[in-house]
Amino acid sequence: MSSEAKKALFEPLVANNPIALQILGICSALAVTTQLSVALIMCLALTSVTAFSNLSISLVRNHVPSSIRIIVQMTIIASLVIVVDQILKAFAYEVSKQLAVFVGLIITNCIVMGRAEAYAMKNGPWNSFLDGIGNGLGYSVILIIVGTVRELLGSGSLLGYQILSPVSEGGWYVPNGLMLLAPSAFIIIGLTIWAIRSFYPEQVEKPDFEMQNAHNTSAHGSTGGAH
Amino acid sequence: MKTNFSFRRQRGFFSLPNDNIVKTIGVATLLCLLCSVIVSGAATLLKPKQVANKLLDKKSNILSVAGISDESKSIDELFSQIEARVVDMKTGEFTDAVDATSFDQRKAANDAQYRVPLSKQQDLASVGAISKFGNVYLVRDGENVSKIILPISGYGLWSTMYGFLALESDGRTVSSITFYEHGETPGLGAEIENKKWQASWNGKQITDDSGVPVLRLVKGGIDLSAAGSEYKVDGLAGATLTSNGVSNLIQFWMGDDAFGPYLERVRSGKTQAKTQVKASTFNNGEKS
Repeated sequence: MSSEAKKALFEPLVANNPIALQILGICSALAVTTQLSVALIMCLALTSVTAFSNLSISLVRNHVPSSIRIIVQMTIIASLVIVVDQILKAFAYEVSKQLAVFVGLIITNCIVMGRAEAYAMKNGPWNSFLDGIGNGLGYSVILIIVGTVRELLGSGSLLGYQILSPVSEGGWYVPNGLMLLAPSAFIIIGLTIWAIRSFYPEQVEKPDFEMQNAHNTSAHGSTGGAH
Repeated sequence: MKTNFSFRRQRGFFSLPNDNIVKTIGVATLLCLLCSVIVSGAATLLKPKQVANKLLDKKSNILSVAGISDESKSIDELFSQIEARVVDMKTGEFTDAVDATSFDQRKAANDAQYRVPLSKQQDLASVGAISKFGNVYLVRDGENVSKIILPISGYGLWSTMYGFLALESDGRTVSSITFYEHGETPGLGAEIENKKWQASWNGKQITDDSGVPVLRLVKGGIDLSAAGSEYKVDGLAGATLTSNGVSNLIQFWMGDDAFGPYLERVRSGKTQAKTQVKASTFNNGEKS
């Protein structure tokens, strides 16, 4: 595997994670992570869509007129998503019921479009395919973290197996209802980003503006109030 | 595919510059054609499997609400114990106008032939219209009907909830309830799928003594020893609108505009369910 291919595959996992660094695809990360099993299927669906959309877009990239390139990308992505949705309905009916509308919404996931536009339009099919898989896996890493925390703390189970026995079943654990609501995913993603950036300080963006030090009211006296 | 492109790039259409208008329209058309073939191909090829999945899911829900489970047998095998019938909603009588095994009241509600639009006052469950015939599934214990299973649906907070309600043979005592399709909030409204909550329906009374549906979901727990507790089910915490939706759909489907007339006949012992019906459906089944 060439170094470019390796970079395309492994860099998005942590160092250039689509959710944690590029802050893309947050919506679905909030929506499908109340249960780990659902999150896993979503990861699989998104990874395959990203990989194959990158592959097909890279194959036709030299013949795509730049004036309609976004529409061309959308058409390819949308077709792939419909195919994935149909396959899920045929072979994983239970899960497709739980994912409901979110599979369809992969079309609007910025990661898929972002990789098509940023990578597949400029690189060969094989590297683009790997880049799609890498970014799908990077998305999956975050979803699995969020899904694990939310399901464990929210319902006391993992993949449906009861781990912390909840009070309603006669156990000791009081499920944290917040974990079942979307805001908890924001908090967990935020904490994950914090953790990643503590290991990779270069990911920390320069602040857009410097915070001014507070006026020293004792030195400036009443002029401080005028600002 | 790649070699194909580079080969054709030498001459003709693919050698045109990318911003050429002919090429732009050509690429768009080709792409649309290709994508539509892929999409419709996938949809057509997988359709039989999807329909089978849906049917199996519905059957397994009917079985679970009927309380029939046996790991060693397939769903289809188990389902053969259940007798599908169709009732005329107006009169409450069984009808043979349509084939009971294939008739689907949910689909029929959108079919001009069977559609009965509901007025605002009638439409408690916000379903818009219902079918003039309704599906009824009967579970038999020897000769006698032991359970009556009725499809129910109604709007909750975000979505229409679909489920089944199983009644005892008296036509008013709830045996169990299940929901198989809905889009309510996970953890809150989606708790209508919670088995424990569903079990709390067991033994509740749908109607009062005069036959009016009175069962409701209430907030704040139920004192089981208090009078009238048999008409109350504990509502779902944090899901008031979903709970209201469930109350409304019970009021609607057990009421006069839906299964009310049929249940009235069951309660007064007028249904022919207990005698000739069984033989006729089994014969039909064998012939076809």
